[in-house]
Amino acid sequence: MGLGRAAKESISNAVNFLPDRCNYPGSKAQVTNRIHTEYIKAGHVIELENVGYSYGGGELLSDVSVQLIPGSFHFLTGPSGSGKSTLLKLCYGALTPTTGRVRAFEADMRDLDRDQMAMLRRRIGVVHQDCRFLDHLPLADNIALPLTVSGPDASQEGSDLKELMQWVGLSERAHALPPELSGGERQRAALARAVIMSPDVILADEPTGNVDWEMSQRLLQLLVELNRMGKTILIASHDLALIRAAKSQVPVRVLRISDRRLQLAGADL
Amino acid sequence: MSRGSIRTLMLGDAQAARVVPPSGFTAQLTLFVSGAMAFLAVFALALSLSAGRLADRWAEELARSATLRINAPADQRAAQTAAALKILTQTPGIAHARALTAEQQTALLTPWFGADLDLDDLPVPQLIEVIEADPGYDAAGLRLRLAAEVPGAVLDDHTRWRRPLVEAAQSLRRLGWFAIALIGGATAAMITLAANAALSANAQVIEVLRLIGARDRYIAQAFVRRFTLRALIGATVGVAFGLGGVMALPEASQEGGFLTGLGFQGLSWLLPLLIPLLGALVAFVATWSAAHRTLKELT
Ligand SMILES: Nc1ncnc2c1ncn2[C@@H]1O[C@H](COP(=O)(O)OP(=O)(O)O)[C@@H](O)[C@H]1O
Ligand SMILES: [Mg+2]
Repeated sequence: MGLGRAAKESISNAVNFLPDRCNYPGSKAQVTNRIHTEYIKAGHVIELENVGYSYGGGELLSDVSVQLIPGSFHFLTGPSGSGKSTLLKLCYGALTPTTGRVRAFEADMRDLDRDQMAMLRRRIGVVHQDCRFLDHLPLADNIALPLTVSGPDASQEGSDLKELMQWVGLSERAHALPPELSGGERQRAALARAVIMSPDVILADEPTGNVDWEMSQRLLQLLVELNRMGKTILIASHDLALIRAAKSQVPVRVLRISDRRLQLAGADL
Repeated sequence: MSRGSIRTLMLGDAQAARVVPPSGFTAQLTLFVSGAMAFLAVFALALSLSAGRLADRWAEELARSATLRINAPADQRAAQTAAALKILTQTPGIAHARALTAEQQTALLTPWFGADLDLDDLPVPQLIEVIEADPGYDAAGLRLRLAAEVPGAVLDDHTRWRRPLVEAAQSLRRLGWFAIALIGGATAAMITLAANAALSANAQVIEVLRLIGARDRYIAQAFVRRFTLRALIGATVGVAFGLGGVMALPEASQEGGFLTGLGFQGLSWLLPLLIPLLGALVAFVATWSAAHRTLKELT
């Protein structure tokens, strides 16, 4: 990520003076990530440049430009069917823009080969709208899946699974299969899976979609906590109450898709 | 593939294997197909090797030995035999020529006429065994000379009637190898079908794995490992049954001729042990390419 060797060394020196554990379930590696993030403040975590997208019919998104700077907290709103999920998919490379370009960590996604794309996705935590678990694996294995597929070298860098499950309040449900979970439990598990690789950025697609108010506050709390640790957050949601609740805790920017374009929403929220 | 990844493939990463759910019928299909095909391959191999041995032996005998018959009235037999032997020793390309004794001739005829045969009762010709040197003799030239000097001599160099047999044995050997190639191809096709079925049954799983940052080779490996191991196990069982079947065939014997010679000899018993390895290799390649074709279609 364009860090000089000297900078990396000073980071690892700094890390060695830090306590082994912070509040957030994490290891030294996570703290390293956080400091990395601060070093690259000048750059953007994810950047869309004049992006247009169409599923084959008319254009769904056109001329969308947005930059997520490290540590920022964004909401993405818009009516149902306006293209929120599509925009998130463009951000993590599940879709390729029809026009314009998407960069992640300063790399143009079009230039990445399949393996590099896999590596990139380990740095972007995604909470999918429908969670997307493997139904034959117990919850703990589902949450640990990004670690599992990354191989042995990544296991040390990731979070401690037990701590993470505690953090989202799912310790008791470790052995349950995903279909046995409630909506709120699924959403929290999806969030846990999204952060287990200690990614620099978290994209969440309607994370409070089908949970009650109390649970949505709890999920928001987790996301706010992650943001305070330096993670870049982008949440697609049309839940205005949730956005107001977030605004009272952290500086939040609200983006709205309207008429195929992305706008910065005003103070009317 | 590097050696390291072949090792992980075989020893296995238990977690990696569990990531893809067990896939019922494709597992049984692969086991059954590779078992049945390996069973058949053992017989095709036995056929091919036996036919090959037969062809080689016949061709060798055919090239090396001939018989000279002397049909002459009793009073001229000894003189004509001596004359023929003299000509034969003078002919370049003949290593050795030897008149069979009365006992040897009787021994040759016993299977046909019974033990209490008196040769003197029959107009049996005198036989001379001719062993060819390398390079051989000129059969046409020898015949001409014999016709001039030994009127009762007939040179029988077996060629006329044995050559088609050798050709038959050789084409039987080719057929055996062709059958093995067909078995390999059919196995590859069946395993490709089974792998494709497993891949499309798990399309959702594969998509999720891609989304959370699994590399293609990790996903492919989960499938490849499964199908390779199944093919290995199925083929091992098939080969065991096939070898049992071959062992149950009657021993090779003079009386039985070709049919009883079907089987393996000496070190060639080890050849069928390669069949499971080949089966595993076929499954490996078939699943690997099926998985990569499927993965290419995902982002
Ligand atoms: N895979 C797809 N193929 C074709 N059209 C799609 C596909 N996915 C979504 N769409 C369409 O694109 C539009 C935007 O979808 P989406 O991004 O999911 O909106 P949102 O998340 O804001 O509700 C919808 O009209 C939807 O029907
Ligand atoms: Mg959506």
